[in-house]
Amino acid sequence: MDIVVCVKRVPLTEEVDLVIDEQKKGIKKDQLAFILNDWDNYAIEEAIILKEKYGGTVVAITVGNEDDEEVLRRSLAMGADRAIRVEVSDISRFDSLGISKILSCVVKDLPCDLVFTGVLADDDNCGIVGIMMAENLNMNHANMVTAIEIEDGKARVTSELEGGLGEISLIDLPALITIQTGINEPRYVSILGIRKAAKKELKIMNLADLGISDEELSPKTIIEEVYLPPETEGAQMLTGDPDKIASDFIEILTKKGVME
Amino acid sequence: MSEIFVIVEHRLGEIRDITFEMLWKAGELAQKLSYTVTTIILGHELNSIVDNISDRADKIIIFDDERLKNFNADIYKEILSGLIEESKPTLTLIGNTSWGMELAPCLSVKTGLPLATDCIDIMFKDDKFIAQRQMFNGKIFSNVSFAESKECLLTIRSGVFPKDKIGDRQAEIIQKDFPLTDIPLKKNFIEFVETAAGDVDISQAELLVSVGRGIGEEENISLIKELAEALGGVVSCSRPIVDKNWLPKHLQVGTSGKSVSPKVYIAVGISGAFQHMSGASGAGIIIAVNKDPKAPIFRTADYGIVDDLFKIVPVLKEKVLELKKG
Ligand SMILES: Cc1cc2nc3c(=O)[nH]c(=O)nc-3n(C[C@H](O)[C@H](O)[C@H](O)COP(=O)(O)OP(=O)(O)OC[C@H]3O[C@@H](n4cnc5c(N)ncnc54)[C@H](O)[C@@H]3O)c2cc1C
Ligand SMILES: Nc1ncnc2c1ncn2[C@@H]1O[C@H](COP(=O)(O)O)[C@@H](O)[C@H]1O
Repeated sequence: MDIVVCVKRVPLTEEVDLVIDEQKKGIKKDQLAFILNDWDNYAIEEAIILKEKYGGTVVAITVGNEDDEEVLRRSLAMGADRAIRVEVSDISRFDSLGISKILSCVVKDLPCDLVFTGVLADDDNCGIVGIMMAENLNMNHANMVTAIEIEDGKARVTSELEGGLGEISLIDLPALITIQTGINEPRYVSILGIRKAAKKELKIMNLADLGISDEELSPKTIIEEVYLPPETEGAQMLTGDPDKIASDFIEILTKKGVME
Repeated sequence: MSEIFVIVEHRLGEIRDITFEMLWKAGELAQKLSYTVTTIILGHELNSIVDNISDRADKIIIFDDERLKNFNADIYKEILSGLIEESKPTLTLIGNTSWGMELAPCLSVKTGLPLATDCIDIMFKDDKFIAQRQMFNGKIFSNVSFAESKECLLTIRSGVFPKDKIGDRQAEIIQKDFPLTDIPLKKNFIEFVETAAGDVDISQAELLVSVGRGIGEEENISLIKELAEALGGVVSCSRPIVDKNWLPKHLQVGTSGKSVSPKVYIAVGISGAFQHMSGASGAGIIIAVNKDPKAPIFRTADYGIVDDLFKIVPVLKEKVLELKKG
């Protein structure tokens, strides 16, 4: 079972005041901490679980700059065999279609039974790259998958639908699957583990190696402007010391008739 | 005349709400811009579905065939790309649902049309369409336009537009034959499964105390259980808590969990992602506890407490218990 997993490094935005950049095309990232996209963490774990069961290899790929290698090293520490980074200094030049084309170009030359991506990236919240890759590569696909079983060269997958419903289907391999959170319990990665994994192969390619021209990658969707959420009335804040907050809280519940 | 396509989403014989919401937005744009609205239904035994929307579109194109009984992105893609090629609709609206999120990207590559996903509004400005969407889980908004193309595909977030009828239309109904000679049966539907069965029914609770990733560790959930118990309420949660197996799936609120409608919904350590909030939109009031004053949940909650939950939750519990003792 040879599996390729696409992983992305994304900023942590909890409890920070995001600042719009001068061009109003993105946010300032120099003060932010970064992590492996949550969905991709589950995707790597799923690949490693399958490899442990059926043998084979796991290759992690990212499109990004040198800093983005951090997520590849983490993937290697989790158990991936090799990693590939496609050098792109400024990823904001591309839209999801462009990224999907770059990734597809890498994947088409790799032996693979399965390609995993996350359902969604935590930064752009697009949810596009995975299925576009499947179409670029003319590969079978399943979306938002929460369980995978391999049987006779096919994958039996559960796709998550709305309202607590799942849809089970059978797809021929090779296939591209977008992984939903909760499919497994991603393993813990220690600093030592990351250091040990430094011995594993991390290959760097550029767009010229892949034979893709800039023209092929010109974006079809264009971010005109990004901005902070428009003001809304918002919540009425309970303030003061904890005692005061607690009394206000109880008063609200009493008014609503849920406190005897 | 320019045309807007709306792809009908239905499951197990019922139209999904997102279809009505897309029809509302399509109707509004069509009124303003003098466009027409065309809906496309793929499926089998579709009469009741057609009846439900015949006064909301100018044209309904129906593909009724046994082979379309279950959703299949590849078959949908083949059929829809043919129609899009033929009619060149200015906009094609698809639900940003589990199915739509699989269909739209492959349809975009197949037709070569640009795609903006999870749109919360569509505007027409300076002679071009702009899609409004969110990034960074709602902390940033963005306006997206489409290069060089007169046509585009948009997937629409559930719950942002009304389900009401807008304008008065009488649809011309066009039945079409299944156009594909060779079906790309790359994926075979087996069955639907219920993934959120359980003993407690949070959709019936009057008071929910809901816990999110802010709780940090599994053992801290007892803090939330104690508060719920003191209040005589029921515990529910956001998705990451279920993903980590800290609480069972049937306690999850949101698009992929349950919709709830308590009198009071207390959200503790929950950021307020729309996939979560859409499940809580039926609540009488929402009280949010979060230490990040910029957390999106404070935009939709009625009352907010900006504090570390580990400081405030024990105080809330003590006060409630004190009061109950009299
Ligand atoms: C297709 C799809 C379907 C989904 N369906 C659902 C669904 O049904 N239900 C659902 O909930 N999600 C769903 N999600 C996930 C959703 O997008 C969010 O990722 C999720 O809701 C986030 O959960 P959270 O708010 O608990 O965690 P986070 O977003 O991580 O938020 C944690 C919050 O806790 C706060 N916090 C941290 N520490 C403290 C502290 N000590 N005191 C107070 N506050 C603190 C932080 O400021 C933060 O705001 C879905 C996603 C997708 C893509
Ligand atoms: N720059 C990238 N490098 C590698 N994988 C990516 C990249 N961008 C997106 N992906 C993959 O595509 C998935 C969906 O991303 P998106 O379509 O941007 O929401 C992510 O979970 C990743 O698996």
